Amino acid sequence: MKKQEAIYNYALRLGDNSLVLGHRLAELCSKGPILEEDLALTNMALDHIGRAQAFLNYAAQVEAKNKTADDLAYKRGERSFYNNLIMELPDKDFASTIARQLIVSTFEYFLYTELMKSKDETIAAISAKAVKEVRYHLAHSSDWTCRLGEGTDLSHEKMQRAFNDVWMFTDELFEMNEVDEVLIKEGIAIDLNSIKPLWFNHVKEVIEEATLKLPETGYMQTGGRKGIHTEYLGHILSEMQYLQRAYPTAQW
Amino acid sequence: MVNTLHTKQDIFNILSFIPDPEIPVVSIKEMGMLRDVVLTDKGCEVIITPTYTGCPAMGMIEDDIKRVLKENGVSSVNVKLVYAPAWTTDWMTTEAKEKMRKYGIAPPTSSACNKLTSFSKNNLIKCPRCNSTHTELISMFGSTACKALYKCDSCKEPFEYFKCH
Ligand SMILES: [Zn+2]
Repeated sequence: MKKQEAIYNYALRLGDNSLVLGHRLAELCSKGPILEEDLALTNMALDHIGRAQAFLNYAAQVEAKNKTADDLAYKRGERSFYNNLIMELPDKDFASTIARQLIVSTFEYFLYTELMKSKDETIAAISAKAVKEVRYHLAHSSDWTCRLGEGTDLSHEKMQRAFNDVWMFTDELFEMNEVDEVLIKEGIAIDLNSIKPLWFNHVKEVIEEATLKLPETGYMQTGGRKGIHTEYLGHILSEMQYLQRAYPTAQW
Repeated sequence: MVNTLHTKQDIFNILSFIPDPEIPVVSIKEMGMLRDVVLTDKGCEVIITPTYTGCPAMGMIEDDIKRVLKENGVSSVNVKLVYAPAWTTDWMTTEAKEKMRKYGIAPPTSSACNKLTSFSKNNLIKCPRCNSTHTELISMFGSTACKALYKCDSCKEPFEYFKCH
């Protein structure tokens, strides 16, 4: 694999993670448990969509086929999306949203902190902006994990169940393939194994502070890196891409 | 078209009046979003940087820049968005912070607070109305991603805090 193709794939992967999670968070608009949370979740959605736009713009530029970020977001099929599966999981209740947010924002915090040092200037610049935003997302999900974990018996039980349910999707965040291999050598990508212990320690610390139990590690899901997704991504895309597919040149 | 009539400083002066669409008492220049003006033989390039990657005001700011420059006889304007160096609230001028406070938004404290700590426990924010430090965080996210919601226990008024970044 050539360096350019690897950068294209890497930018897509980062962009897809942001886009799909941004879409999931945006779906919660007007469905937050309280007004303040409604604002918080939609603001975080906006941060993710902004980041997706930056990464997909860069992917389009690297691919050099005269495409835009919108083309990549709205005209690719499910099998050409490379986001991690955890981003596409539906929000069952507020606890499931918070559990996913804690796992993902901890991952993003350490990922983007390292990527700020990337030898690719654009990836480093977007990461430097992302890390400032993610810091607030992480504080938000850490606070809520503790509030719900230490809350009532019911909120404790729901929070525990949410972590147990999502745990099988955590290993995939650290999967690497040929793309990483090529870019690690160039100093562009990071070795995800290096941030895994940092991620684990922070998540464990918050879960335990919240008087919850760290879920047992069993079977782990995989597939996103190869474009193989849960049944949920297709539904997300059918909604997200509807307008551009029905009216191909529609403008905002 | 070549802009022989306008110097770089002229263009900066024209642009310094453009307000931030979300906090109209401060300008994009005072906010530190207006980074540079480059004059080339093809025209004029204005370099701006977003406060947040998803800042929805960027499109509006770009339109404002083009419109204001056109009204002042500057054509062939290109607006370029850059991410590096990443915007920080430290670039806001002291005057801008004071204007913001008078407008009812508590201005950002120094970005030295950029640590991986729980937000609610480590911030002492002054009420923009009565200066009291007996304030309480309601939500880390306010009406926009750049602000948090607080309430003042002294004057009992709610207010927004522009988060350090
Ligand atoms: Zn007060």
